[in-house]
Amino acid sequence: MKEREVEEMRKLLKKEMKAAGRAELGRDLWPSMLERLSQGASRVPWWDWALLAGATLSLWFFPAILPALLYHL
Amino acid sequence: MELLERFTAGDQEAFEALFRQYQGEVYRWAAQIVRNRAAAEDLTIETFWRAYRAHARFDSRKGQFAAWLRRIATNAALDFLRRTRREVPLPEDLPETGRSGCSVEQRELQRTLQASLQQVPPKLRVVVVLGLVEEEPYEEIAAALGISVGAVKVRMFRGVRALRKELEKAGVRP
Repeated sequence: MKEREVEEMRKLLKKEMKAAGRAELGRDLWPSMLERLSQGASRVPWWDWALLAGATLSLWFFPAILPALLYHL
Repeated sequence: MELLERFTAGDQEAFEALFRQYQGEVYRWAAQIVRNRAAAEDLTIETFWRAYRAHARFDSRKGQFAAWLRRIATNAALDFLRRTRREVPLPEDLPETGRSGCSVEQRELQRTLQASLQQVPPKLRVVVVLGLVEEEPYEEIAAALGISVGAVKVRMFRGVRALRKELEKAGVRP
C-alpha cells in the first residue's frame, strides 16, 4: 500500500516536473563569495529574533505544542 | 601540505581552490532542492560561507570534502525552505525544468503541484523531491540529511501522504 502510493506519486511528479540534476552554474561565484567573506559574520534579521522569542515564550507557557512544532520543522 | 589540510588550517588560497573546484557541484545539489537558479546561487555562497567558518572542524584525514559540503548545502537549503514556506513560491526557472508546448491544463497542474509541494513540511519535501523527481538513491539522501535510510523511507511516505492531501485539497487526484 505504502509502496503503491509512493509509486503513483513518483509517476505524477516525473511526468510534470523535470529533474534539475544537470543544472549548470552560469557564472563564477567566487567574486560574490569574496564579498561575503569581507562582510564577515552574517547578520540575523530582526524578524528571526522575534520568531525565536515567540517560539521560546510559546514553549514556556504551552509546552504541549512541542510535538506540533517539531512536526512543522 | 595537501589542499584539504591547508583548508583546515585556515588557508584562504586553499579555500579558493576548493571553492572553484566544488561550486558547480554544490550549486547543482542546491538547485535540485530549491529548483530556482538565484536561490541556488545564494545557497552555494551560504554553503561555502558555513564551510569556511567551520574549517577547523573538517577532518582532512577522512577526506570526503564533497559529502561534507553536500550535508552543509542540504541544511542551508532546509533553512531556506523553512524561511520561505509561507511565502509565494519561487518560480521554477531552471532551463531543464522549463516546458514548452504544454497545454493550459498541464501548466495549471504544474502550478498546483508546485503550490502543494510548498505546503509540505520542508524536511519531508526535500526527501520527496530528491527521491521522486531527482531520483537520488536513498543512501545519498540519508547521507545528505544525516539520517538513516530507514528514516528516509519514513519521511518519504509521510511526505507523499502530505503532498497527496494538499493535492486533493486543490482538486487533483494523484
